[in-house]
This record gives sequence, C-alpha cells and structure tokens, in this order.
Amino acid sequence: MSCNSIVLVKQVPDTANISGQVMRPDGTINRAKLPAVFNPEDKVALELALQLKDRYGGKVTALTMGPPKASDLLRECLSMGADEVCLVSDRKFAGADTLATSYVLSRAIAKLGPFDLVFAGRQAIDGDTAQVGPQTAEKLDLPQITYAEQILELRDGVITVKRRIDDGYEVLRAPLPLLLTVIADAALPRPPRAKRLMACKHVRSLPELERMVDANSLLYIDTLVDEYVQQGRFIRTLTVDDLEVEAERCGLAGSPTKVKKVDSVVLTGGNHQRVPATREGLGQLVEELMNDRVFG
Amino acid sequence: MSNANRDVWVFVEQRDGRAAEVSFELLSKGRKLADQLGGSLKALLLGHELGEAVRQAFHYGSDEVLLVEHPELRDYRTLPYSRVVGGLIAKQQPRIVLFGATFIGRDLAPRVASFTRSGLTADCTDLQIGDADYLRREYKDLLLQVRPAFGGNIIATIITPEAPVQMATVREGVMELVPQATPRGETVTRIPYEPTASDNLVTVVERHREERRNKVKSAPIVVAGGYGMGSKKNFALLHQLAQLIGGEVAGTRAAVDAGFITPDRQVGQTGLTVRPKLYIACGISGAIQHRAGMQESTRIIAINSDADAPIFDVCHYGIVGDAAAVIPLLIDGYRERLR
Repeated sequence: MSCNSIVLVKQVPDTANISGQVMRPDGTINRAKLPAVFNPEDKVALELALQLKDRYGGKVTALTMGPPKASDLLRECLSMGADEVCLVSDRKFAGADTLATSYVLSRAIAKLGPFDLVFAGRQAIDGDTAQVGPQTAEKLDLPQITYAEQILELRDGVITVKRRIDDGYEVLRAPLPLLLTVIADAALPRPPRAKRLMACKHVRSLPELERMVDANSLLYIDTLVDEYVQQGRFIRTLTVDDLEVEAERCGLAGSPTKVKKVDSVVLTGGNHQRVPATREGLGQLVEELMNDRVFG
Repeated sequence: MSNANRDVWVFVEQRDGRAAEVSFELLSKGRKLADQLGGSLKALLLGHELGEAVRQAFHYGSDEVLLVEHPELRDYRTLPYSRVVGGLIAKQQPRIVLFGATFIGRDLAPRVASFTRSGLTADCTDLQIGDADYLRREYKDLLLQVRPAFGGNIIATIITPEAPVQMATVREGVMELVPQATPRGETVTRIPYEPTASDNLVTVVERHREERRNKVKSAPIVVAGGYGMGSKKNFALLHQLAQLIGGEVAGTRAAVDAGFITPDRQVGQTGLTVRPKLYIACGISGAIQHRAGMQESTRIIAINSDADAPIFDVCHYGIVGDAAAVIPLLIDGYRERLR
C-alpha cells in the first residue's frame, strides 16, 4: 500500500538561544533579532513521514501557516525530501492562537485532498502548548495518537503505534486516516540532500513573487506565477480567498485567548548570603546546614 | 460580560481507579476560584468503580461530583473521553474547566477546547479571578491565566474575554494541596455513557506501566544542574553529591536538551515542580521557567560562575564560582564533618 502524508510544520523563534540583542532594555522582545528555526519535533515528524514513504511509497506534503518568511522552512522540507509543500499565509490569519490556527490548518488540509496520515510535532518550542495537533484532529473528525514514539506496523489501512505515556508506554491500533503527534525520540531527521538543496534554492512562494513584482515594474504577478509553476518552482500558497473559512474564526479575531498583559521579568535583587567558593567558606556552609538538620 | 453559570469544573483523571494527585491540587485551587466567583466546584470523573476517587474529590473541596462510570471507560482513551467531556461542557457551559497538564490532560483538553470553541491556556503557573480591560471593554471576574512565555523572558497573563468557557492546564505540583477538614458536598450526579462505534476506532493493544522511575518530586534534597555544568561528565559530580547527602539529581530544560540528564528529571514550568528542604542549583542561570519549578524550596544554594545570574535572586546561599570546582569542595567538606 502507498501512504500519503501531510506534515504540519512550523517556523519558530529559537527560544533556546536568546541573546542579549533580542531582549530590549525595557524587557520587551525584539523579534527581528530572533533567529527562526525549524521546530525540532516537526522536523522529526517530517522524517517519520519520509521513512513511511521510503518503505510504502506515496507522497509527503509539508504544510505550514505563517508569514512569507516561512517559505524558508518549506524549502528546507523540500531539501529533506518532501514531494510537495504548501504555505498558508494571509494577514487575516495573523495573531492566531491554537484554536484559530487549527481551524485554518484543518481547512487547508481538507483543500489539499485525500490523505492517509497527518503528522505534527508534539509541540512547538515557542509556546510548548501541544494543542494544535489534537485540535486539528478534532476539527477534521480524525482519531489522534499523541506522543507517538514509533510506528510499529502499517498494513491494510491499519496503523499500529507505540506512544509514550507518563508512566510507561502503550501500543494503539487504528484505521487510517489518523493524526499523529510525534516526540523528539521518534526519529533522527535526515540531513538535506545536496542535489535537492540546489534545486529548491530557487523555489518561491506567492508572497515572495509578489515582492519581486513590487520591486520591478517590468514583472507581472500572473505571468511570473505561471512561469514558476511551469518550471516546478512555485510553492503553492493558500490565502483566505482560497480556503472555505469564516473570517471571524481566523487570526486574532478567531482566537478566544488574548494576551492581557506581558510583564518583563524583573528581578528583585533578593537578599542572600554570599558564600566564598573556598574550602573554609563551603565547610562553614555545610556545618550550618548540618546544624539546622537540613542534611547530615 | 455576565455569565449565568459561575461553576468551576475540574477534570479528575484516574489510573486504575486511583485519582491523580494533580487533580486534587486542581480541586484545591478550584475551590478558591469557585468561592471567589460565587459558583460551585464540580469534579468530573470518568472511569469504572470510582468510589474512593469520588470520596476524595469531596475531601478536596468538590460541591458535586459528575460521575460517568462504565466498564469501557476504565482506562483513558481519547475518543470516548473527549466526546463525553466535550458534550457535557457544551451542554452545561461551566465558567472554568481545569485539567492536569499530564499525558492525559494534554491529549484531552485541546480536543475538548476545539469542540466547544473555548480558549485553552497550557501550563499555567498561576490562576486568579480578576477584572480586565480588553479593547476598551471591561470584563468582570475573568480567569487570569499566568504563564511564562518566550524562553522565560516574559510572563504573560492570558484572558478569554468572550468565550463562555475558560480552560487551562496546570502541571502537577504547581498548585497547593488543600484538603478540607470535612467533606464539602455529597451530591453525586450520575451521567450515563452510551458507547458509539467511533468511540472504539482506536484500540489498545498493549499498555505498559512502570512505577514512577524517579523520586525527584518527593526528595527532601534535590541537586540540580544546568547547561552551565558543561558536560555529562561534570554531571557525574551532581550524582556523587546527591548520593552522599541523600538527594535526587535533576536538571534544567537546557540540560535535558543537551543530553546531560533524562527528561523525566526536568524541573521547571514544563517539567516537575519541586519544594524540597534543600535545592542545590549548579550551573543554572535561573530562567523564569526553571524558577517556576523550584523557587518555593525551603532553602536554595546557587552555584554559578556568573555573579549576575538571575538564580542568585531566588537563592538563600550564593556561591560565585565554577560548579565543577565548587562541588568537589562541598563533597570534601561534607565528608570531613561526617566523621
């Protein structure tokens, strides 16, 4: 059997490596200075989908919702081996919380056509919510298996998956189609292939072509898009007009959760006892803790 | 926005009929929230043969238990649980629903929130009732959902002003356990469960459970290391110290990501919350997500080479120095005095 997969991917700020430049003196975030990376567990999800394709055949489509800059992420997916990629991008989708995000993604998935599996990373490192996967599954009326660690078997349209639970693991079996969220341990993402890397360097999404047109009065968007499509260098782009969505369920408007306020982390200075990093200083500390029966 | 329903619900999760500790913590918090709102606290329990769990739900402040008992609900499964919980919430529209941020809660809550189109905030470190202005409108008695965000550089307060139901997940250990002197309520409302074909689409082939592998949560002493330990080899020093003084080893998220320690020993917002008698933070800068998981420790020793590291703002004893050099001195000092 062949297995067609859609993989939900996200470009995220690299929160693990926040440098001084990113935080402004007033404690706000300078997003422009944040490096953007492939959300690690989404990359693992893509790898798992590619492994299934290597084994059973079929097609892997990477799907992301994000600003035009997210085209970089899709080029990376192509270089790893994705057959197709799709960018969902529109100002009306901006400011979405997980509910509005999953709504738009579910409509985009429906638009992409029949599939056997939807993959997603367990969670994204910028929010750590782990909500978009299950919410997308609910909207598509699909069963879900979260925290997937290993696909044990795929046969006759039935998948068997080992998933992590807090006190061990369980093995679940379900008919396709299905949505899986994948943990970091599930696979080691393959490096990009040099040949593909070269080929997808010149692939462009709609907003990127629009920017080229804006900068060059000799270009027309329709002909440019046609040209890129014919050369197989166009990243399919879905905007609000391409999807059957209710505007009030998209973006900030469609997000029930709102950020009331954001506090920068202000440290109080705290009164603590300085202990010299010497044999004597530390010895005295040990003695104090022993006397207070904290240990000993 | 006024809302007729001021009730607070807690989804009480159970394994083998035993309710999870985090659910009791949420009931304790839910009690306070319900009192502030002037509503009832209801425990929602799904499973089979749950007599003891029901009794405990009252003990931790529930006014009422909504009980869905059926042999097929004995173990948590996504589809039947989310269908039942989602259906009840959609119908009864409680004002607040709390879930533990566990493997069960994090699988269930988003699906239910999607179905009921509710706001859901993950891994809250604090929950309060308060008024809020949003876009020049005033809202009374909203659930203020506090969580660190963006690599711990900011603390965000999230509200759900328009949605009738406000949902949040909270990690185990974050909220204080407050048993009531006498059980609050005694009303058990039984809700029938009628299986559907789609409930059983996913079948459990095997389920393997282990005893909790580590005792970090209940240890009187925790020796924790951060990225500043530099290597897995240096982490061995922490194990040596912990063994000597009778503690457990833990680490920050950065230490987990670097492979210095396993994820089940991660302390912080997205890991464990601990309150030991003594917490020794070694090579930990002290990002707020980490502090959220340890700052209520009775005593905190911080060892860090950067004198300006935020960990020094929450510690009781500060040692400026390389942890890899300081720990052997601590070990020596302890051994000498033990004799």
